[in-house]
Amino acid sequence: MSKTSRTSITVPATAKKGSIIEIRAIAQHDMESGFRYTEAGKLIPREIIRVFTCTYNQVEVFKADFYPGIGANPLIIFTTIASESGTIECKWVGDDGYEAASQARITVS
Amino acid sequence: MSKKYLLSNVALIFLAAIACVSAYGASIQKQSSYELMSSENKAMQDDSSLNPAMFWVNDGQTLWQEKLGPKNVSCASCHGDVKKSMRGVAAQFPKVIKGKLQTLESQINTCRVNTQEAPKLAYESKDLLALTAVIAIQSKGMPITVKKTADNASYLNQGQDWFNKRMGQLNLSCAQCHEDRAGLRLGGSLIPQGHPNAYPIYRLEWQTLGSVQRRLRNCMSGVRAQHFEYGSPEMAQLELFLMWRARGLPMESPGVRP
Repeated sequence: MSKTSRTSITVPATAKKGSIIEIRAIAQHDMESGFRYTEAGKLIPREIIRVFTCTYNQVEVFKADFYPGIGANPLIIFTTIASESGTIECKWVGDDGYEAASQARITVS
Repeated sequence: MSKKYLLSNVALIFLAAIACVSAYGASIQKQSSYELMSSENKAMQDDSSLNPAMFWVNDGQTLWQEKLGPKNVSCASCHGDVKKSMRGVAAQFPKVIKGKLQTLESQINTCRVNTQEAPKLAYESKDLLALTAVIAIQSKGMPITVKKTADNASYLNQGQDWFNKRMGQLNLSCAQCHEDRAGLRLGGSLIPQGHPNAYPIYRLEWQTLGSVQRRLRNCMSGVRAQHFEYGSPEMAQLELFLMWRARGLPMESPGVRP
């Protein structure tokens, strides 16, 4: 697993003020659980994403801790309230210095 | 037991009999195993913001441009824009090229070795899957166009023989499940007709993208047979027969399967 990877977030481009918006965030990651062995019997070290955070204009709106039970290429779908125009940023931080981020703009009217 | 109850029981058995007949009848009409999936899994395949295989497609897009080898050429140097040049290509493979039956994967490797003079990519490696995915997605929605020709007839017949040949400790052929018993159940799951119209697939069980050859080897494990090797002529022949058998079905690549 490399130090970073592809991620993608899906946010509606426009929304009405006060409406509920759905945010989808997916990251390319093997989520190696640390419980598997190679064919030669060697333990494959754990390498997972540990923390996922989403900020809306610098304000944290969603955070999740990840554990070894979570599958590869984790997809998170959650909702928040469209309060103002600005940037929604998602960040993934994991084992072995893994870090990835993705941004999207939203216009609230 | 009341008469009414008895009658309803008889009606139920009768209905079950019809259901069985229609399950067999359904195997005449070609059906993608997409139809057997839950609505959640269908949505995951259809929506590119949910389909994890899109990561491989994007990686493939990058690899398509990557210059390699002593001649410093990329796929794009010869083939140009993947969206134009590879449109409908995956729907024609496996194909006989210069007297050799080539699957999409083996053709990618042939290009790499002969033209780019770069080392072969291993089967099921991330890079080979990514290149296969970016080529296959250009045929999404197009019908499979593999035909029986003078060139491929002998390979196709050989593939058909593999399909009908009993193998492994369980002594089962592909056809016994996927032709005779398609639409019925094996344990809890429905037996699909086994059409390779969505490869490479993101299989949730695998947690990754995989080729049709990996899937075929799964079935071979299931009947406890010795696996055909990746990239072997037997695999290519079987793959050719399966694509011909699925001709006309729209391509779904890259698919999602449970």
